[in-house]
Amino acid sequence: MAECHPVGFQWVMEAKARGAKIIHVDPRFTRTSAVSDLHVPLRAGSDIAFVGGLINYVLSAGKEFREYVTAYTNASTIVGADYVDSEDLGGLFSGWDDETHVYDPSSWAYEGVNVGASAGKREEGAGAESAGGESGAQGAERSKDAEQSHQFGSGGASLGEGAKIQTDPTLTHPRCVFQVLKRHFARYTPEMVQEVCGVPPELFGQVAEALTDNSGRERTSAFCYAVGWTHHSTGVQYIRTAAILQLLLGNIGRPGGGIMALRGHASIQGSTDIPTLYNILPGYLPMPHAHQHESLDSYVERNGSATGYWAYMRAYAVSLLKAYWGDAATAENDFCFDYLPRVTGDHSTYATVRDQIEGKVPGYFILGQNPAVGSANAKMQRLGLANLDWLVVRDFVVIESASFWLNGPEIETGELETTKIPTEVFFMPAAAHTEKDGTFTQTQRMLQWHHQAVEPPGDCRSELWFYYQLGRKLREKLAGSTDERDRPLLDLAWDYPTDDHGDPDAEAVLQEINGRGPGGDLLSAYTQLTGDGSTSCGCWIYCGVYADGVNQAARRTPGREQNYVAPEWGWAWPANRRILYNRASADPEGRPWSERKAYVQWDEAQGRWVGPDVPDFEPTKRPDYVPPEDATAEHAIGGSDPFIMQADGKGWLFVPSGLVDGPLPTHYEPHESPVSNPMYAQQSNPARENYGGAYNMLNPVPGDPGEDLFPYVYTTYRLTEHHTAGGMSRFVPYLSELQPAFFCEVSPELAAERGLEAGGWATIITARTAIEARVLVTDRMVPLRAGGKVIHQIGLPYHWGPNGISTGDAANELLSVALDPNVHIQDTKALTCDIQPGRRPRGPALLRYVENYRWRGGITAETGKQARTTGPASASTQGSTS
Amino acid sequence: MTQTTANHLFGPLDPAAEAGYPDHPPRLGFFTDTTVCIGCKACEVACKEWNNVPEDGIDFLGLSYDNTGSLGASTWRHVAFIEQASIEQPKPLGAQEPGVTGRHAPVVDLGMPSTAPPGTTAGADGRTEFRWLMSSDVCKHCTHAACLDVCPTGALFRTEFGTVVVQQDVCNGCGYCVPACPYGVIDQRKGDGRAWKCTLCYDRLQGGLTPACAKACPTESIQFGVLDELRERAAARVEQLHAAGISDARLYGADPTDGVGGAGAFFLLLDEPEVYGLPPDPVVTTRDLPSMWLHAGAAALTLLAGVVSTFWGRR
Repeated sequence: MAECHPVGFQWVMEAKARGAKIIHVDPRFTRTSAVSDLHVPLRAGSDIAFVGGLINYVLSAGKEFREYVTAYTNASTIVGADYVDSEDLGGLFSGWDDETHVYDPSSWAYEGVNVGASAGKREEGAGAESAGGESGAQGAERSKDAEQSHQFGSGGASLGEGAKIQTDPTLTHPRCVFQVLKRHFARYTPEMVQEVCGVPPELFGQVAEALTDNSGRERTSAFCYAVGWTHHSTGVQYIRTAAILQLLLGNIGRPGGGIMALRGHASIQGSTDIPTLYNILPGYLPMPHAHQHESLDSYVERNGSATGYWAYMRAYAVSLLKAYWGDAATAENDFCFDYLPRVTGDHSTYATVRDQIEGKVPGYFILGQNPAVGSANAKMQRLGLANLDWLVVRDFVVIESASFWLNGPEIETGELETTKIPTEVFFMPAAAHTEKDGTFTQTQRMLQWHHQAVEPPGDCRSELWFYYQLGRKLREKLAGSTDERDRPLLDLAWDYPTDDHGDPDAEAVLQEINGRGPGGDLLSAYTQLTGDGSTSCGCWIYCGVYADGVNQAARRTPGREQNYVAPEWGWAWPANRRILYNRASADPEGRPWSERKAYVQWDEAQGRWVGPDVPDFEPTKRPDYVPPEDATAEHAIGGSDPFIMQADGKGWLFVPSGLVDGPLPTHYEPHESPVSNPMYAQQSNPARENYGGAYNMLNPVPGDPGEDLFPYVYTTYRLTEHHTAGGMSRFVPYLSELQPAFFCEVSPELAAERGLEAGGWATIITARTAIEARVLVTDRMVPLRAGGKVIHQIGLPYHWGPNGISTGDAANELLSVALDPNVHIQDTKALTCDIQPGRRPRGPALLRYVENYRWRGGITAETGKQARTTGPASASTQGSTS
Repeated sequence: MTQTTANHLFGPLDPAAEAGYPDHPPRLGFFTDTTVCIGCKACEVACKEWNNVPEDGIDFLGLSYDNTGSLGASTWRHVAFIEQASIEQPKPLGAQEPGVTGRHAPVVDLGMPSTAPPGTTAGADGRTEFRWLMSSDVCKHCTHAACLDVCPTGALFRTEFGTVVVQQDVCNGCGYCVPACPYGVIDQRKGDGRAWKCTLCYDRLQGGLTPACAKACPTESIQFGVLDELRERAAARVEQLHAAGISDARLYGADPTDGVGGAGAFFLLLDEPEVYGLPPDPVVTTRDLPSMWLHAGAAALTLLAGVVSTFWGRR
């Protein structure tokens, strides 16, 4: 966090100064470790085993916050008799289909609940390839579920029809979630943690004790993570593991608790809320599916929920359509629901790049991103870019994604020829955030307005200008068209006040996002939204950011002039709430769990919830409210159920619906690992997604003939001095001089083993390619003993590329594409490689060098892509290989 | 150290008053608390941005995360990164426990700063405790600034805030100040010849602003303010750290009776100054000027007496 979020880390340092204990768990020793009380190095890709070990420690020692767990989580809920745990199936859960490589999650359902929502009929057309490389209808079914899982970023999945949940408040029923959880994690012992993670039991014990001692009625602990947890083929389950642990310890919805997702850029949270993702619309509304959502009614019916706040999905969706199409959206035309694009399967970034390579994508926009060096398997990205009709790159400088046709690595090796690349590249200079008005939404869901400080130089323009003007020109060209397909563009509400440069007023856009009522007045809360077309709102969760006609995101009342929650600094969605689910900070009767941790509580005299924050609960719903049998929406949530966005109001330890790779987290090895899974016969996440053939070769796994060729683990990451793929830093002298060259970090032991010279050069090789890096020998890298062998880990900062002042090979050349099936995020954190002293071969010799490795390892396009494994040797796989 | 009595060139005094500012503002300075430094280098960048200091070389040094190397004419803030792989006993500030056995044998540390690249000096079996120290170095703005004392053109001068600043339009590039600095801070810029160093953002101070580095520091490792208040704050911080069991915490440059009369920019360190690349006992190089003049005067007198007596004798 100190390394990648140094400004946010000041608050961690302040907490430390006030006595907080900081524990840093990371394969490498970073700037964060340097100031932490304890650093725990672990094998990259083993975190589920580590956190699972903590869960087992809590459960076996009875250290859970029992009252909280019983009242606020689904611990007491009975799981259906058909559910079989991964402990009993060698690492698979019930519902696995060996032919389609997809889980049918119906057996994970609660007892007495008929799960209808997530099991649908199969779709036609090409979908994602899962591990094993199935395609077409088989992949489509799974991907359809995955297309919807992002929606649950704002709440849980529907429980399905006829939800009559059965519970055992004593938590002793063998099929209650609590007992299922206990059995699931029983083998995650300190000894197993040592075997899997390479963390000695004494060190693990220190973490376990510190965490449990600092959790409960009087104290709370927080988890912070970043892409070190999400960039795995099991990334979603990493976060799930932390969520389970924090729920067990009573650290959710309470001050000082929580799980903070440190985002990768200044406003990544914002670009999820108002998404740059293909499968969700603003406010986590799912993007309609071509065949499932033929009308607004079926869309709402399939994605809404009878209970909880998702019951109002129609109001959110209709208000969004009104914001898009204004007066053209009427009840008669389903509020232009048919104008929305539809998904037919996985159209995520890697699937799109695959389609580019296959010639299915004519054009591409790249904004604030540099995939030619910044995405996994950078060569795959460039091959896609080189096979387009047109490409628009908007950035400050000519980044590699705009110059791949001139100086990309494939030009040097002769794989591509400049004159034969059909892509026409348009480079558009972009304005920086200091040169335009707008908001950043940070990890706490807080919007902070930034004012323009200076005019952008030359032709540089904001994104707002670019898209507004592009839309304006397209509409001009189409004016008078009678073609039905042009209606969505022509009917758009596309009218914003502009300044002298034609730049739309950003506050007008924020007002549109906030939403307006029937008279055009700005709304102040999403509870005002309706489904009858009388309200418009560009993003329902942002409703209220312009409450009272004031740009709430621009508020900057100093902390000393308000309470410690600082509600008048910026604005946080939803409803300016700073801690989500804060009803959980009080006990079921509405009293604070302790005076020390008092936050939101029930005031009987006033008949409402009070506290320094906005209560995340209906303000006057009594803590003893019991919903009637036939209650719907928020009325179905009881007075002591804090997790109001979940259909049952509970924190989900066990996820009966909404995930595609299991209801509980399980330790799987990364898809490239030097060790056999010490816990299960199943080596890697069976539901992970693999892509492509020749352009995405994988290293052999244990048991394969070439398993010893790539004996080392590497992990990619960032440095403080550079920004992501380097577009904002490698071209700046003051930053370039601070980290002037691409380097690899190795331990003295590995340097000795391979003859690497400090300050010299090393070549790092995978089945994809080989790159060269300067060598930084450091005691901060330590070998670990795990999986029965000594594991050497190599650290690779990924900022570099051939352009700019500070140059070097891109670490992402080495990465393969293997994705988490829920969110299609790639594994960048734990893969295998070889390392050799000296510089890499150049030109066509590089291809021969890598080809020689592949030949020695017997590597084919199928290597490492088996879905299902039944033992240490993947040769005995039962999964089909395409 | 040789005891020398306080005078205009040595010992505690108020430098601004000494320089002839009768009604000057309180002396301002930096307190750099290295225990909370996270090595982000925002100070280096902010300094260069504000003061328009040029880039200082795109060179990979391989010295931990330090590619700046040292203070110089084009580096006025420098963050040092010190990897301590085998310290004598566990120190409570970030420790890592490798899972590999055979790395628990203590290695005797002689306390000497390493000149070899990190990692190469530690044996494979010698790491049980590990510490990564970071510290942002800067011009000390000495009470007795030798650079200023030796400057023949008056380019270096004492400001009303008690800081020491080079006037670039006066400096003639003679370079006398460079060897005079006991810390090796001030330097001549290649291709320019003039001497450059931290101005403690004199222009910002005149506008009532915090210096760029301190403003940019996210963890308040670099604290800016009235020197007397900073010294009090620093003493309290050391007490706090000692109470927390961090007995190595010590101040560097805070003592007005030290060799430079106390630094205007002082530090809280966790180890010997040498470890951070700082001289352990810096003394203003002009300290002995009065006694040198005295001795020279005495020698001249003696010589004169000899000459006189010679002639006297002839009479």
